[in-house]
Amino acid sequence: MKKALLIAAALAVTSTAAAAGRLEIFSWWSGDEGPALDALVKLYKQKYPSVNVVNATVAGGAGTNAKAVLKTRMLGGTPPDSFQVHAGQELIGTWVVANRMEDLSSLFKSEGWNKALPQDVIDLISSKGGIWSVPVNVHRSNVMWYNPAKLKAWGVTPPKTWTEFLTTCSKLKAKGVTAPLVVGENWTQQHLWENVMIGTLGPQGWKDLWAGKLKFTDPRVLQGFTNFGKVMDCANKDASGLSWQQASDRIADGTSAFNIMGDWAAGYFTTTKKLKPNTGFGWTTTPGTSGTFVMLADSFGLPKGAKDRAEAINWLKLLGSRAGQDTFNPLKGSIAARTDSDLSKYNTYSKSAAADWKKNKIVGSMVHGAVAPESFTSAFGAIIDQFVASKNAQGAAAAAQQLADRAGIGK
Amino acid sequence: MLVLLPSILLLAVFVYGFIGRTVYVSLTDWGNDPAQALATNPIIRWVGLANYQDLFTGFLQLRFRQELVNTIFFTLFFILGCLGLGLGLALILDRNPKGEGLWRTIFLFPMSLSFIVTGTIWRWMLQPQGGLNQFPTVLGLPAGSFGWLSSTGAIWKFDWNKLPLLTAGVVALVLVWVAVRAARAGDRTRTIVAGLCAALLLGWALFVGPNVKLLPAPEPHGFNLALIGIILAAVWQMSGYTMALYLAGLRGIPEELREAARVDGANDFGMYRHVIFPLLAPITLSAMIILGHISLKIFDLVYAMAGPDNTYTSVPALNMYLTSFRQNQFALGAAIGTILLILVAFVIVPYLSSAFRGEEGHA
Repeated sequence: MKKALLIAAALAVTSTAAAAGRLEIFSWWSGDEGPALDALVKLYKQKYPSVNVVNATVAGGAGTNAKAVLKTRMLGGTPPDSFQVHAGQELIGTWVVANRMEDLSSLFKSEGWNKALPQDVIDLISSKGGIWSVPVNVHRSNVMWYNPAKLKAWGVTPPKTWTEFLTTCSKLKAKGVTAPLVVGENWTQQHLWENVMIGTLGPQGWKDLWAGKLKFTDPRVLQGFTNFGKVMDCANKDASGLSWQQASDRIADGTSAFNIMGDWAAGYFTTTKKLKPNTGFGWTTTPGTSGTFVMLADSFGLPKGAKDRAEAINWLKLLGSRAGQDTFNPLKGSIAARTDSDLSKYNTYSKSAAADWKKNKIVGSMVHGAVAPESFTSAFGAIIDQFVASKNAQGAAAAAQQLADRAGIGK
Repeated sequence: MLVLLPSILLLAVFVYGFIGRTVYVSLTDWGNDPAQALATNPIIRWVGLANYQDLFTGFLQLRFRQELVNTIFFTLFFILGCLGLGLGLALILDRNPKGEGLWRTIFLFPMSLSFIVTGTIWRWMLQPQGGLNQFPTVLGLPAGSFGWLSSTGAIWKFDWNKLPLLTAGVVALVLVWVAVRAARAGDRTRTIVAGLCAALLLGWALFVGPNVKLLPAPEPHGFNLALIGIILAAVWQMSGYTMALYLAGLRGIPEELREAARVDGANDFGMYRHVIFPLLAPITLSAMIILGHISLKIFDLVYAMAGPDNTYTSVPALNMYLTSFRQNQFALGAAIGTILLILVAFVIVPYLSSAFRGEEGHA
């Protein structure tokens, strides 16, 4: 009898807690990124102690598993209250065009985010007159990592343009470095492709490409493909067997001179490999992209039909606030999307990135979902593989254009 | 009948119903327009065989065609490897070596692992710098440099445009063989029908076939060397199973038969050649069926070993997953699924029909 009473009491307590509010957030942040999310949730609980926060994390790099689960839930009519997605076309091309997201323009206006965030970023997350997600953090993808001690020993300096890169490459090859550039599996090759392309087209040309104003078959884009082919000739032949971490290892141990990877590599070098910035590893912008910040961001959106809409909006407000971003980003190893963040909380690399964030031209990354929808990105890998094998720029460009038409780019 | 009803209903809905639904979806354009793919009430139009046409002749579907070629080579080497290794191991164990039970367990162990586990272990062993390539250094030799999973080379290349020609040629040769056999057996109608069909096909292959162009440009496909790593792992995993099958078969051969063969003056080789191997033929057939369908639908091993985005090692099942669930092109994904179903049916249906005929014969 007593037991039954206790159970009844316990049930009563949980049901009142549920009545006070519930918020389900869906993300792929686990493992190394878990603590950063936990810190955010803690901050939320301080403000809204009565809300029961349900952390629905689906582990898996870049959200490969989470996206499948999300699809099931959205199509099944039980969307999470707010979910993580790469800012830009990855959300717009999949969920916004399907008319399943809420427009957040009014929230941006009332919270003053239109001024706190760079205009380039607002453009990336907007379409059809709406703003669709709140960026929490920013990663930079046009960074070239190198080994300072080895470069000194070889007598070369980090190249500033792709033409210079090719000369440096042949110089290094003459000194017996078989692969001056290290690349890894398919997506890191796409990552390299986009850096060569931006370095060739310039930021405006890159924007035009994704706005449909510049065709893939344009001679300038063909030149980008040709350059990419030459750059790949400087790279290791066992690329598709390497993860990005294994590729970074070859910089640390001095087998290769350069690696082009996003700034999560800084965290890997400092935390995992215990290297000192500027001595153990060095960085610069990728050739031809100084003054350009190629960005990708994690963001949260508000699906139509979210059960706890009010709590979800509070969550989004927290994510966009200065306090929220400065709590999250130092732990995640990224920088704040806002330009007014407290830099004293960040590490050496992040400070340099944050300084560039304020003054550089900002463009979105294709491979990380900012400028192209998933239907383009995931099929583009086959074109890159084909191009690396055949070095046929015309064919690759024609295929890319057909893919872009099918994915509705520039519509 | 009443007892069976629930399971018949479930099968009808969840197997045949869904197969029908998949085939139907594959004939529509669901997902080809990204704005409609995930909409609440998507507009879906009937497009007939357009998705299939795209897969076999479309400019963008080069990956799928390479995967079909990959599947054929993979199936061939996987089955040959498993049968050869399994038979070898079974023959050794059949001679009752010391600790036979222990060996049997060791050889069977890999089968208890899932393909994901096998794939992860073998990925470590076959990584570019380390694992198998480091093996020669134990003997003081320089490390190997073969890209087990990362090689981009290919051998035995052929042009996809020649596919109709090749298919017609192969089928015609098979028909010629059927005709010759029928002629030897004295079956006149059969000889004539098969011979005529063969002549027609050969004529087509010689005169019309070379002018058929599936694609505007030549497109070479071949046996990608990176598949060798995956074949190794798959053979490692499944050869214990064929060993068990063969061992059971060998143990099932009565001792009297062997003794009779010896009395008739057969040496060891002759006994295997003329007595034991013919008796093992049905086992080989069932092993081939089971391995065949495993290899056609293989997904997890490739995913774990080479990742989903490596077109050099990709297989149709992987493409089906990516197309449907990453690119949201449900119709195209369903078309790949249907093609896989047809391929598996090619392997399974003759086996099932022969099995059913066998049962009826016994009853």
